[in-house]
Amino acid sequence: MTTLLEVQEVSRSFGDVRALDDVSLSIAENEFFALLGPSGCGKTTLLRSIAGFEHPDSGAVLLGGADLLALPPNKRPVNLMFQSYALFPHLSVAANIAYGLKRERLAKAEIAQRVAEVLDTVGLGAMAERRPAQLSGGQRQRVALARAIVKRPRLLLLDEPLSALDRKVRAEMQLELKRLQHEVGITFVVVTHDQEEAMSMADRIAVLAAGRVQQVATPLELYRQPANLFVADFIGTSNLLPGPGDGEHLVVRPEAVRLVAPGEGRLEGTVADTQFQGGTSSVAVDVPGRERPFLVTLPGATEAVRGTSVGLAWEDAVVVREGLA
Amino acid sequence: MASGTRRSGLGWLWLPLVLCAAFLYLPILVLVVMSFNGGGSAYSWDGFSLRWYDELLHDDVLLESVVTSLGIAAGATVIATVLGTLLAVGLARHTRSRLLEAAAMAPAILPDLVLAIGLLSFFYAAGIPKSAGTVLLAHAAFGTAFVVAVVRSRLAGSDAALEEASRDLGAGALSTFVLITLPSIAPAVVAGALLVFTLSLDEFVIAYFTAGPTTKTLPITVYSMVRTGVTPEINALATVLVVVSVVVVVVAARAIRPKEKS
Repeated sequence: MTTLLEVQEVSRSFGDVRALDDVSLSIAENEFFALLGPSGCGKTTLLRSIAGFEHPDSGAVLLGGADLLALPPNKRPVNLMFQSYALFPHLSVAANIAYGLKRERLAKAEIAQRVAEVLDTVGLGAMAERRPAQLSGGQRQRVALARAIVKRPRLLLLDEPLSALDRKVRAEMQLELKRLQHEVGITFVVVTHDQEEAMSMADRIAVLAAGRVQQVATPLELYRQPANLFVADFIGTSNLLPGPGDGEHLVVRPEAVRLVAPGEGRLEGTVADTQFQGGTSSVAVDVPGRERPFLVTLPGATEAVRGTSVGLAWEDAVVVREGLA
Repeated sequence: MASGTRRSGLGWLWLPLVLCAAFLYLPILVLVVMSFNGGGSAYSWDGFSLRWYDELLHDDVLLESVVTSLGIAAGATVIATVLGTLLAVGLARHTRSRLLEAAAMAPAILPDLVLAIGLLSFFYAAGIPKSAGTVLLAHAAFGTAFVVAVVRSRLAGSDAALEEASRDLGAGALSTFVLITLPSIAPAVVAGALLVFTLSLDEFVIAYFTAGPTTKTLPITVYSMVRTGVTPEINALATVLVVVSVVVVVVAARAIRPKEKS
């Protein structure tokens, strides 16, 4: 895998707030990469720095080895899909998509052909002459995507691409984005606060908090080997227990837990709730001294009855340290 | 504004509505009616006649002042619209200074008298002889503030991401302004220009202070006519102005409306 984008020790402060604090990342060619974190973690600042709308106080950003920060946004071989889509309301769908190609002064015939092709790719061939106001949320998102990929950028940045869509369309678009990324062969960098979204789409994820990179790993690694307490808590569902050492916590994933007879497990509790979800069942167990119920995921149905005492047993658990990187 | 239609939902509120409409429009109605007065008084009716429209058409002093005022209004509108639009874009996109914003809009809020005296002193200090040109510059100055106010509020409601998207897609700053910013603020620019034009056309105080001895704008001429008594000719002139402004406003509103959709 060749490296496409290299972010080197980038820092950016707004007044007293360090939005980005010595962030380094490298993103490979053709990778689907996610920047994941809660709001205010610096992910959007990083994205906008790569696009050229923010200027880091220090550090470097290299694209294919060439300095990106020296170029204004309109000269960067990078395109951004805006969270609000930012479609031009006074232009038709086709004119929106052609906008970037016209700026490259391409021949009319080539522009028309590429616009038609990309409209086909995103399945909006019939909508070419519509105005953005006449489209649904999902269709607008496709236009925004088409407008960005038609430029054939080396890197496509997507700012919270699915946040404006309703739940059902969002699930569809997750698959769609992944398919498209394969089809067009462009490196995608997605910013999101939704860990499920990042986990389901990305090849690798950088978890950010307080302007710093907490961990960069594949979704599986993040889940199995979280680098610290923050990542463990942010990714997936976990039961956190204090210890074994000072400032350390034990992370027990719900599916690693078994229900056993009282007295035979590591913890005792009372079943507070059970939910049958088809393939799996969820059991919430109230453990004395714990604020949050202990969550257990079991394959198939469960015989656990609300109000009965159970023991909780597990083999796999990960020890993480408190605090941020 | 249709005071005659009494909607059932309005209840007794139709009464104040009608009274308000009467308060606003009765004077204009009287003015229009009296312009067709055959007699020489602007106050007592003496039979229908177009006599005063005829007089108006042959009043060279008045017509000349109309031409002067139209020229000043047109020039001031062009200057104020260009400067005001650029200033508004700069204020909205390139600075967060509230002070600068207040300073740019102050001339619209300041009493005309203050502005008039200030401009008079300025032209005097700068050694610029007073003429129609100084009135034009003075009107452009306060007109700019009105254009800034109108365009600035439109920009506040428009998505700055549109301009970033344009830059992102490879457009330079100038192309972005012409292709993206300008179309999105066009209704406000047109509205601002119309505002400046109409404000300039009937502006008296500032014009009175900054006009040269031989410069007669329409309001100044009308003022000197009224001093020797109101004739129905003034009413005829006012009626023409009412008709012209209604036509301009309606045409402008129609021109703007299709672009408002978004």
